[in-house]
Amino acid sequence: MLTNADFLALEGTAGNFTATINMRPRYIDADACTACGLCTQYCPKHHVDPYNEGLAITRPIHIDYAQAVPATYYIDPSSCLFLQHETCQICVPVCQSHAINFKQQPEERKLQIGAVILSPGFGKIDPKTLEKFSYGKHPDVVTAFEFERMTTASGPFLGEVKCFSDGRHPKRMAFIQCVGSRDIGCNNGYCSSVCCMYAIKEALVTKEHDPEVDITIFYIDIRTQGKDFDAARERAEAIGIKFVRAKVADVTPWENRLQLTYATLDGQHKFEPFDMVVLSVGLESPKDAQKIADITKIDLNKYDFCATNGFNPLQTSQEGIVVAGAFQGPKDIPESVTQSSAAASLTAASLKKVRGKGVELKIYPEEQVVAEGDEARIGVFVCHCGINISSVVDVASVANYAGDMKNVTYYTENLYSCSQDAQEVIKKKIKEHKLNRVVIAACSPRTHEPLFQETLRDAGLNRNLFEMVNIRDQCSWVHAGEPELATIKSKDLVRMAVSKARHIQSLPEQTVPVTPKALIIGAGVAGMTAALNLAEQGFESVLIEKGESIGGNLKNLHHTLAGDEVQSHLKTLVTKVNGSKNIDVICNAELVQTAGFIGNFSSVIASGHGKTKVEQTFDHGVIIVATGGREHRPDKYLLGKSKKVVTQQELEKQLAGKAKTRAPGSIVMIQCAGSRGDDLNYCSKVCCNHALKNILKVKEINPESQIIVLYRDMRTYGFAEDAYLEARKMGVVFIPYEVDRKPEVTEKGGKVQVRFFDSIMQEEMVMNPDLVALSVGIVPDDTDTLSKLLKLPVTANKFFLEAHVKLRPVELSVSGVYVCGLAHGPKPVDETIVQAQAAAAKAAIPLVKGHVTVDPIVSSVEQDKCIGCGLCTSLCPYGAIVMQKVDGKRKAETVSASCKACGICAAHCPTFAISMGGFTNEQLISQIEAFGATGDR
Amino acid sequence: MGKAMKNREGAVMVLGGGIAGIQAALDLTELGFYVYLVEKSPAVGGVMAQLDKTFPTNDCSL
Repeated sequence: MLTNADFLALEGTAGNFTATINMRPRYIDADACTACGLCTQYCPKHHVDPYNEGLAITRPIHIDYAQAVPATYYIDPSSCLFLQHETCQICVPVCQSHAINFKQQPEERKLQIGAVILSPGFGKIDPKTLEKFSYGKHPDVVTAFEFERMTTASGPFLGEVKCFSDGRHPKRMAFIQCVGSRDIGCNNGYCSSVCCMYAIKEALVTKEHDPEVDITIFYIDIRTQGKDFDAARERAEAIGIKFVRAKVADVTPWENRLQLTYATLDGQHKFEPFDMVVLSVGLESPKDAQKIADITKIDLNKYDFCATNGFNPLQTSQEGIVVAGAFQGPKDIPESVTQSSAAASLTAASLKKVRGKGVELKIYPEEQVVAEGDEARIGVFVCHCGINISSVVDVASVANYAGDMKNVTYYTENLYSCSQDAQEVIKKKIKEHKLNRVVIAACSPRTHEPLFQETLRDAGLNRNLFEMVNIRDQCSWVHAGEPELATIKSKDLVRMAVSKARHIQSLPEQTVPVTPKALIIGAGVAGMTAALNLAEQGFESVLIEKGESIGGNLKNLHHTLAGDEVQSHLKTLVTKVNGSKNIDVICNAELVQTAGFIGNFSSVIASGHGKTKVEQTFDHGVIIVATGGREHRPDKYLLGKSKKVVTQQELEKQLAGKAKTRAPGSIVMIQCAGSRGDDLNYCSKVCCNHALKNILKVKEINPESQIIVLYRDMRTYGFAEDAYLEARKMGVVFIPYEVDRKPEVTEKGGKVQVRFFDSIMQEEMVMNPDLVALSVGIVPDDTDTLSKLLKLPVTANKFFLEAHVKLRPVELSVSGVYVCGLAHGPKPVDETIVQAQAAAAKAAIPLVKGHVTVDPIVSSVEQDKCIGCGLCTSLCPYGAIVMQKVDGKRKAETVSASCKACGICAAHCPTFAISMGGFTNEQLISQIEAFGATGDR
Repeated sequence: MGKAMKNREGAVMVLGGGIAGIQAALDLTELGFYVYLVEKSPAVGGVMAQLDKTFPTNDCSL
């Protein structure tokens, strides 16, 4: 990790680059700094804090935030008195660990690398663009980034929303969307793709802080096209956040408030006062985009983002250099995370030959033996979580309470237990006080248990000698209004944990070997791309397809919005897949049965029909689910009843087929036909772009064609916004309709008639177009069967549910099973390709390692007590307990690698023969007894 | 003159230590490569570290 570093030069070619990096001095010795913060307290000079968007003052010597990595302070030379004027140096004697070193010089380093991933993020909109909204002139006009810091509990205002002008709490707030995006005035014609979501989020958070505040979001289109994003918008509307479709012309100070001038769709000009205005500013290309392009010789697009191609969305114009994240185009966190994994898999494939050569495995110190009879020496660490816990719970009193308990050898408080310096403290204290059990009272073990367990391992303790108490979610958050009771509850929970900790034991770490092969279900663009990437990384896969041939939905597409030919790309893909010796393609095939666990699956595949039907069994280590989806065909708007009503896909086919020189003279397109609360509850993300693609094609063939698009929100996010603008310039008319006033399609004498309410003219309109094109949504192909077969959860809309929507977007809850493409949710081809590459990256991880580590918390059977009734086997939802003959008697046995530690078997065993590692009866009973033993708290 | 780093085979440079760069670096390490994560500011984390909660679940961002 090289921080404070500038990228200066890149020489060489793919596989053999030399990068030059300039390491700017921190003026603080990273190894010596303990992040105690004393230097900041003594530093006399003020420094505007960029981490807090300039809303707070810090000192030139500081750290951005407590959890920063590396947890080393640094001196900003731009305002340091010594570095500017050679005076002061007060920090030098203050620092107890002598970490301050003004002699540090910039250091140039040369890195020998095989490949480069560019992920420089995004830049910010020029404040000049914001001036018309009185930004910079009136303190109560803020950007969404500034507002985000304001609502943050650990931010400079501790989460309190107030006007900068006089500190009052705003009663009326406005969010203005599309500031600096979809705005050709500032040369940002594209849509930033994230602002609608963050505005809704910030509005919801503000409402949470103060339910009385009145919030209006002024928008052009609400673009919540991501998976399940529309639901958040509906939630916002349900709690009273207003959405007004209007273009805000300007914001002017008006007494102590701000007056918005805006124009609504029906042409009315309105004025409305607000206390505070938040500008939903867009994402720009990074400030140093041009510099990066000059150094790496990559091409940029017209907006200075990295130029890529829709079929290879992360490949830059230079071999060996790929891009990920917002530099490829504005995008949200899950898309960025997906791209990053995909970029990793592309790089891994290109550098396959040198894989593993530069890595050193982390070696943990030898584990200290903690035997059952040893005296328990428990260390208790109680976390403030900044103020998340300590603003409600009396942390000191909880820590002291723990200190009085039997076997507690050491206890303390931490400001942030998860910070890097706190890990060092925990390690030190484990050694110093010979601790053999650690209890941390902080936040959720779901997010932080692995971190603390790692710390235990670093300190030579088995990671199961650990107990975590969630006094944030369960105390300070839910009982925010009752601090005393929250403190008592924290004490109760800590007492129970300490009591359990007395009985916890080391559990062995187990690893099992991996079969280096993948099973990929579905051979559309997602499955093919994943298989090819794995093949390039050197791994075999079995690619099964239920249809006659591979290709999936790409077979129905002809060109992309960017103008690329789909069929020629499909041909290349198919040829590559069929030609790869690492890919075994089986068509007319389905998965019949799967047994096993990550690394060691065994699946039965049936293929062929009737008499030629055969079943084959394959052993494989991972599964990629790429079962895809298809066009939804709503029984609406005369679809299937009138020849003049078609779907966008059918129109695309017409335009590419025999009639490719002819296009209808007039078309009415209806967006969201059957979607967003109709047959389908969700937005299918691709339909607006699909409509635009066809519009441009029609106009290319027949420039005279009259096209009217009836829509709810045009969701041409990202660079697709250019096409939307182009279509409007060509005279295509876009008219929004309300959900309670949907268009109607009728047919009379072979002619179709569309009746709709024109919200611009404010009157009922009747059209008789040559053709009606419906933008229908996407439904997943049968996910039920597979979901039952592999025990995979699906969403309410029947798409597979990923393990974590933000941070684990291609992993499923069952280890070793990954998802990509339409089976995960509706998405365009380029996003499908990226997601497939990301799934290949995640699937390759266990294949590369060659083994998987089994979670130590699994069930185990005491076979002496087992009476062989088999109840556990019948109840286990994961097939993780099997019956075996031991000395002629039926006995249960756990398949550790399949066990998910749900505990159903242990709870049902009539003879108490089954116990869960880390949750034995003895441990749980002592915890329950401690609950009752309230004593003196 | 610049100091040459120890010559490592199979190394990759990730430029930018925001959520995208961090994720790419983590995955590459797991896939068996050595990564130089180059970040211009004093800490990794990027913009996500400035966020309070994340859409649509309002989970903590840090």
